[in-house]
Parts: sequence; structure tokens; C-alpha cells
Amino acid sequence: MADPGANGATPPAIAVRDLTMAYGDFVLQRDLHFTIDVGDIFVIMGGSGCGKSTLLRHLIGLNEPARGEVFYGTESFTHAPPGRRAEMLRRVGVLYQSGALWSSMTLAENVALPLGEFTTLSEAEIREVAALKLALVGLAGFEDYYPADISGGMQKRAGLARAMALDPEILFFDEPSAGLDPLSARHLDELIVELRDSLGSTIVVVTHELESIFAIGTNSVFLDAESRTMIATGVPTELRDHSEQEQVRRFLKRGEG
Amino acid sequence: MSVQSPTGELALTRLPGGTLVVRLAGAWRLDHGLPPLHELRRELREATPARIAFEGEGLTHWDSAVVAFLAGASSIARESGIPIDRSGLPEGLRRLLDLAEAVPEKDDAKDGSNIDDFVHRLGEKAIETHRLFRSDLQFLGHLALTVGRAFRGRARFRGSDLAYLIQQNGFEALPIVTLVTFLLGLILAFVGAIQLQTFGATIFVADLVGVAMVRDMGALITGIIMAGRSGAAFAAQLGSMKVTQEIDALETMSISSMDFLVLPRIAALFLMMPLLTLYGDAMGILGGAFVGVSMLDLSLVEYLFQTADAVSMSHVVGGVFKGAVYGALIAIAGCLRGVQCGRSSSAVGEAATAAVVTGIVAIIVACGVFAFAFYVLGI
Ligand SMILES: Nc1ncnc2c1ncn2[C@@H]1O[C@H](COP(=O)(O)OP(=O)(O)OP(=O)(O)O)[C@@H](O)[C@H]1O
Ligand SMILES: [Mg+2]
Repeated sequence: MADPGANGATPPAIAVRDLTMAYGDFVLQRDLHFTIDVGDIFVIMGGSGCGKSTLLRHLIGLNEPARGEVFYGTESFTHAPPGRRAEMLRRVGVLYQSGALWSSMTLAENVALPLGEFTTLSEAEIREVAALKLALVGLAGFEDYYPADISGGMQKRAGLARAMALDPEILFFDEPSAGLDPLSARHLDELIVELRDSLGSTIVVVTHELESIFAIGTNSVFLDAESRTMIATGVPTELRDHSEQEQVRRFLKRGEG
Repeated sequence: MSVQSPTGELALTRLPGGTLVVRLAGAWRLDHGLPPLHELRRELREATPARIAFEGEGLTHWDSAVVAFLAGASSIARESGIPIDRSGLPEGLRRLLDLAEAVPEKDDAKDGSNIDDFVHRLGEKAIETHRLFRSDLQFLGHLALTVGRAFRGRARFRGSDLAYLIQQNGFEALPIVTLVTFLLGLILAFVGAIQLQTFGATIFVADLVGVAMVRDMGALITGIIMAGRSGAAFAAQLGSMKVTQEIDALETMSISSMDFLVLPRIAALFLMMPLLTLYGDAMGILGGAFVGVSMLDLSLVEYLFQTADAVSMSHVVGGVFKGAVYGALIAIAGCLRGVQCGRSSSAVGEAATAAVVTGIVAIIVACGVFAFAFYVLGI
């Protein structure tokens, strides 16, 4: 198996090599092979139930590959010992499909927890940083609310604030704009691009929102439920116009053309 | 041949050319039942037609009942390779059928669980039991490591979580513990009084209630209350955190859920159960005293002195020790079932039930072990 970045070029953010994902005997996707470069906004797309969320779980170590490997940079994530894995994950932030805020803590405490665990900031400083992160996602003033007391869209944004708490190098988003109104979805897209530009983060997004796929995606992979593997990878707008695969073009044009 | 429903009619007729005509007429509604597919099957068993034609001109009203029947009939026909003709059906019905058949059935979506014989089920059960047992052991191993780390001061959880858990699983349990242990003392006193009255030795009711409560019953009954109260709550809390991906969020931040969620829960019950046990012992003795004073004509002072004489320090310490162990067992059972919980809301309910069962079985087994060990040690 070729090591990613072995040819001396800048190492990729994440490299997926011959990955097969399965739940028990049920193979979901096989032979996934793609590279996410630093600074990419990488879109994972495909029909409902094809395994996008599952792929994301593999990338952050919540599921183990049935076969194949995930690399962070040039280092194997799949075969790293637990302690090393934890260190690698410290450079990563995740926004879950459901927000997944810790329900027994206020929004500020949610954002503050990783700061308290992994930095040497004082209480007051942590509180300040947490307030800043919440303000960035438009939730200034909601520091002391509990997740149950805010709307689903706001929970999602608070989840984003938590994911950004440690200024991660790689941010994962599972369906960030699902359940958001068009304006907030647009705002979120802008925020994602802003994060990439200002912090230099690499961003991996699972989404079916065509509009945001074309607006922000710089690279992508298309998972097909039928053939159980990836059938296209590349810049989304190019895939839409020039992909050889009919399914991909149909998906990206909403079935028209 | 034809079948009548209260309002509709299904007729199967064979034409000379080998065509089977399936004709639906009248009104077919879901609340009157579906047109019977088995009639069609029987007809097909008699002789395979060259073609099946569906006709629905006579339908005055139809809904999903007809659609489901036609979809079923079509798939039967397709399986036996008989061509079908739907041109005799109303336009809307045809379109719905096309829609239902647009995406072919995913053949491995049904995971073969329709194989339903005894051996198959036995095998599945065995594999499942083995898997659960392994995950129990994994949890306990992981827990042992975490506790080891905690003693070296390297486990991380929030003090405020522990304080909150102590309040929730200690002080807030007082009313129910009061009620149940008081009544238990009362019941024990009655049981003893009936026997002891025959010897005119009713004062020994105090000995009986005191020793029974302090040695065993206080810790046991408090444990059972807490298994229902805290064990179930722990399982439900952790289970729903799993459903909402909150545990995933902890793990990807390299915050161990064992440190952060399980440890404070075990610590809270381990600390609170001895206190609750002591309190329960006292309430039980008061319950006994209530019977002694009100029904056996003993004076309160006399009763309490008799109790103090009968109960030794080693009884008290032994009982409190048992309480602490039960507390740990209940919390471990609750957290274990919570961590094993599936990813749906019905799984959370099952986890809570399993936590109570596991918790109670664990403390009863422990109680038996203690009884034997204390007997051998002569305590
Ligand atoms: N824990 C599990 N055990 C078994 N099968 C699972 C499990 N989780 C998901 N699956 C199966 O894996 C498939 C893919 O699920 P996944 O959540 O990755 O889909 P998805 O592409 O994210 O879909 P959506 O766009 O609807 O979110 C589904 O068909 C589902 O049945
Ligand atoms: Mg998903």
C-alpha cells in the first residue's frame, strides 16, 4: 500500500486508502480511495443511506475499518496506538448531525469543557474564549442557556462553536445545514469558508445541499449505494458538467439532464 | 370465481386465450380490509395463465387497500414469470403502482431474520449472549483500569457533576428510603411479635428488629430502592447520551466517558449508600419501636435500650460496608447497561429495565456471599 505523500509533495490532511466499511457482514462501501488536501473544503456526497455518516465515523475513529486504512498526514490513524490517536484527534473538531451538545451543561460550559481539558487557560480566560466562539456563530448572550432551551438550528450552531473551541486544523461537519432556514444555511456556508481562509483549517462536509456543495466545495467524493463504492471524485462543479457517470450528473442536477 | 366485501367485489375470470382477468369493482377501503391475495394465489396454483390483466373500471372508490393488493399481485406474477397488463386500471392507480416499483427492493435490507426456526433462534441467542458477556467483561476491565488511574489522581471529571449526583442520589432519595425502611421495621416487628408473644417475651422484638435491620435488611432494602431509582436513571442517562451522540462527542475529544460519566456515578453511590443505609437502619428501628410502644405495651426507652444492647458495633460496620458494596454494584450495573445501549429511544427503555434487573440480582448475590463469609468469620 503506497504511503500518502511518499513522493515528497506536501502531505495531505487526510488520506483514505482502500477503505472497506461494514456493519457485521453487511458491507456498506468498499475500496474507498481518496485524498483530502490541506485547505480543502471536501464534500462527501451521495444518496440517503449510502454510508456518508458512517464514512465520517471512520475518519474520526468511532468505527473501525473492515479493511484498509485512514492516514492523517503521512501517519496511519487506523493503526496508531490509543494514546497517539487521542493526540491526533486533538487537532480535529466535529459537528454531529444532531448537534450532540452535552445536555447537562450550559452552552458556555459545552464550549469550555475542551478548553479546560486541553489548555492551561484560567477560568476567566476560558469563559471569555467560550463567549467569543458562541458570538462567532451568532449566539452571543446565550451562554447560560441549556441545549434543551434553544431551537434545533441554534443547537447546531452551538455544536459548531464547540467543534471550533480548540481552533482545530480539521473540521468535520455532518449535514451542517439540515434543519436550518435558507439564510442561516447561507450564513453557515460563509462561516465555513471564513474558517478555512482565516485559520487555514481543512474542512470535511457531509451534505446533500446542492447549493452549498457548489458554493463552497473544492473537492468531493461521491458514494454510490447501488455499486457500494465511490464512483467519482473531484471538484463538484466539474463533476456536474463533465462527469462520465450519469448518476453523479443526475444527482448534482437534481435528476434533470 | 368472485369474492364480496361489504362494499366491493373481486372477480377472477379466465378468458379462452389463457388470460386471467382480475376485476375489482365497487368501493374498497382500508377499514374494510384488503382484497384477498390468497384467492389469486389459489387461482394461480390451479393453472398458470398466459397473462394477467387487471381491470378496475367498476371501482367507485379505492385507496391504499387496492394499491397494496395490486402491488402484491404484481410481484407474485413477476415471481412466476407471468406477464401483466394494467391498462384496465384507473390512471391514478397506475401511477401510484409505478411509483411503488420505481426503486427495486433492496435485497439485503431485510437481514434474513425471517428465517424463524428453533435452531436458528437458538444459535442467534447463543451468539448474542456471548457478545454481551464479552462486552460486560470489557467494560469491567476498562473500569478497573480507570479506577486504578483515579487512585493515582489521574482521572478527570467535574467536581460539580459529582456534587450534583450526590444530591440527586443521596439526599433526594431520603423520603422513599424513610418510608420503605420504616415500614420494613414495622413488618419485622409484627412477624416477631406473633411468635414471641406465645412465650411472653415481646421485649425481644427489639432484638429481632434491631439485629435484622442493622446486619442485613437495612442495606439490602436500601440497595433495592436505589437500584430502581439510581440504577435505572444512570442507564437511561448514559443510554440517551449515546442516542444523541453526546458520548461520541466526548470520545472524539479524547475525554473518556469512563472517567467523565461512569466514575462520578459510581463514586456518588459508593459514598451515599453507606449513609443511606445507616439512616435506613435507624428508620427501621423506629418502625419496630412504633409497634412495640403502640401494640406491645413496651416503653420507648425500654425498647431502645434493649435494641442498643442487642446490636453490636460490628453489626453496624458490617451493614454499612455491605451498603457501600451494593452502591458500587448498582452504579456499575446502571452504567454498564447504559453504555451497552443501542442507538434508538426504545433501546433506552430496555437499558433501564436491564439495569434494574442486573442491579438487583447483583446485590442479592452479594448479600448471599456476605452471609456466608460473615458466618465463616463468625461476625
Ligand atoms: N449501527 C448500525 N448497525 C447496522 N447498520 C447500520 C448502523 N448504522 C447505520 N447502518 C446502516 O448503514 C447505512 C448507512 O448509514 P449512514 O448513516 O452512514 O447513511 P447516510 O449516508 O449518512 O444517510 P443520510 O444521508 O440519510 O444521513 C444505512 O443503510 C443503515 O441501515
Ligand atoms: Mg447521515
